[in-house]
Amino acid sequence: MEKKMYRTAILETLAAEMERDPNVVLLGEDIVGGMGTPGGPEAIGGIWKTTEGLFGRFGADRVIDTPISESAIIGAAAGLALSGKRPVAELMFADFVGVCMDQIWNQIAKFRYMFGGKSRCPVVIRMAYGAGRNASAQHSQSVHQMLTGMPGLKVVMPTTPADAKGLLAQAIRDDDPVIFLEHKTLYATKGNVPDGEYLVPFGHARLTRAGTDVTLVSFGLMLGYCEQAADLLAAEGIGCDVIDLRTTSPLDEEAILDSVEVTGRLVVVDEAPPRCNIATDIISLVCAKAFVALKAPPVAVTPPHTPVPFARELEAAYLPSPEKIAAAARKTLSWK
Amino acid sequence: MQLSREALLRAYRQMKLIREFEERLHVEIMTGEIAGFTHLYSGQEAVAVGVCEHLTADDKIISTHRGHGHCLAKGVEVKGMMKEIWGSREGTCKGKGGSMHIASEEHGMLGANGIVGAGAPIAVGAAIAAKLNGKGGVSITFSGDGACNQGTTFEAMNFAVVTKAPCIFIFENNHYSEHTGYEYAVGTSGDIASRAEAFGMKVWRGDGTDFMSVYDTMRDVLEYVRAGHGPASVEFDTERFFGHFEGDPQRYRADGELDRIRAERDCLRKFRDSVTGAGLLSHTELDSLDAEILDLIQSAVDDARAAERPTAEDVLTDVYISY
Repeated sequence: MEKKMYRTAILETLAAEMERDPNVVLLGEDIVGGMGTPGGPEAIGGIWKTTEGLFGRFGADRVIDTPISESAIIGAAAGLALSGKRPVAELMFADFVGVCMDQIWNQIAKFRYMFGGKSRCPVVIRMAYGAGRNASAQHSQSVHQMLTGMPGLKVVMPTTPADAKGLLAQAIRDDDPVIFLEHKTLYATKGNVPDGEYLVPFGHARLTRAGTDVTLVSFGLMLGYCEQAADLLAAEGIGCDVIDLRTTSPLDEEAILDSVEVTGRLVVVDEAPPRCNIATDIISLVCAKAFVALKAPPVAVTPPHTPVPFARELEAAYLPSPEKIAAAARKTLSWK
Repeated sequence: MQLSREALLRAYRQMKLIREFEERLHVEIMTGEIAGFTHLYSGQEAVAVGVCEHLTADDKIISTHRGHGHCLAKGVEVKGMMKEIWGSREGTCKGKGGSMHIASEEHGMLGANGIVGAGAPIAVGAAIAAKLNGKGGVSITFSGDGACNQGTTFEAMNFAVVTKAPCIFIFENNHYSEHTGYEYAVGTSGDIASRAEAFGMKVWRGDGTDFMSVYDTMRDVLEYVRAGHGPASVEFDTERFFGHFEGDPQRYRADGELDRIRAERDCLRKFRDSVTGAGLLSHTELDSLDAEILDLIQSAVDDARAAERPTAEDVLTDVYISY
């Protein structure tokens, strides 16, 4: 066990999986970087430094630097997967998913069903998502709410470096298509990462704080905010269950329902805009399946129904915060 | 190069199989027994067969919404396809895909596809896989004069050139993208091959209503691509005997156009005239093949009508491999 950065956990897992299975190939824009330039290959190594050194180690056939052509990248990943390979495609920013949505939504997600269960398309699509770096409206979005709604895809959102490793290894070995969402402000965060083989199964949430008063549910960057909120509330004598979903599809319904059965109060925090997101989905689930256990109306903490703004003050006001989450928890406790 | 009698008989049989499959669907669709949208390939058979007769199961193809011909030419089983179109759970895709989504991995058929232009990038991926495997396999995408205007096709052509992928972009110009003429919609004065050439590929052109033209062209194209020169493209000029979809009133056609193309541009008629004229095959042998195929189609339709229907429980299976 060693402390590592989230980005290092991803880089090392890609390398380990490529070492383990010669069918694993990477493709994406600037994942090598510097191709066709005086600076030469690996002048960049991926803008998130998650593929640095892999070109030198595994060669151009398995680390494919692509033109800026998202539909071609994702479509080619689909063709590679249908031909027995295990491609890991990178979309530099999750916001670019709109450019290649057809290949994800109409192709990759549907092949198995549409073709009567006879084909497999084990594609992993890695995307950097989320706000917090003042990258404004087209480079800061959360896209998991759209992708979670698509049958045929699995959607993974690691919060910690350990989960980045365990969930990515699982994603690459999984026979179904997996969307792997990396929060861009988490890349430099550090945490203990298990050595050697480490797999985290999908659909198993992680309880990161235990308490009996309120259940806080989240994933990705927002999970850390929930933990900070739980610390604030603990100082007031309020105990929180904090649940890290890890994957939004499949969803660990049981972990959520079991916790709400005890606490009777629920706050769901989602970085996606407020309509039709994971918070509304989980609140609907809990209302339908644990209505009697509820002691107060559940609360969703989300950004407002606006694009992601640019200025520091605006982005800070846009995003949920530990304070906003704590206030939501207090609201469930004071409800009469 | 002169083909053997067996190869000529096989080519005729394959083209005739596609023709009769489609002509029968054209009749059956009118009865209302077949659900959904169906796009027929009649008129273009020489392209699918002239291409696929060169391929092995290791070579991949990806097709379009007008995909029955490509499936049959690549060897997908006719009865399974008919059952699929009837929506039976015994169909190629258990009745979950239908006419527009027939695929068969064991035959290297990566699927018909309901999204115009979606196949090209996928074919590039299959070509990169073939290159990684190093066994000389190729990947072929069939597109029409409609898909040649999609950005996905442009991205795929560039990406194939950049990666030197053994990918062949076949454009079947049947003169209509849905209900719009190619001279209007293809901005390069209707010339598709010049576009592929501009992406840096070697291109060929052929008469898509003449089996020998397609077959001979593809021999050269495949030799070039299998030798590791990277991607290539071919534009075949061909004809669509039916509408965009079954039920299309085809008001965009000229007076007498359908009669004219059936009389002058029918690949089966041309093939028959050519091989009988040269004394390579006799009308008697071809007539007997015709009868055999009509029997096969009749039995495929009978089987499809009698085949097991899917159940409500079948809706829920095959979304994921592991849940």
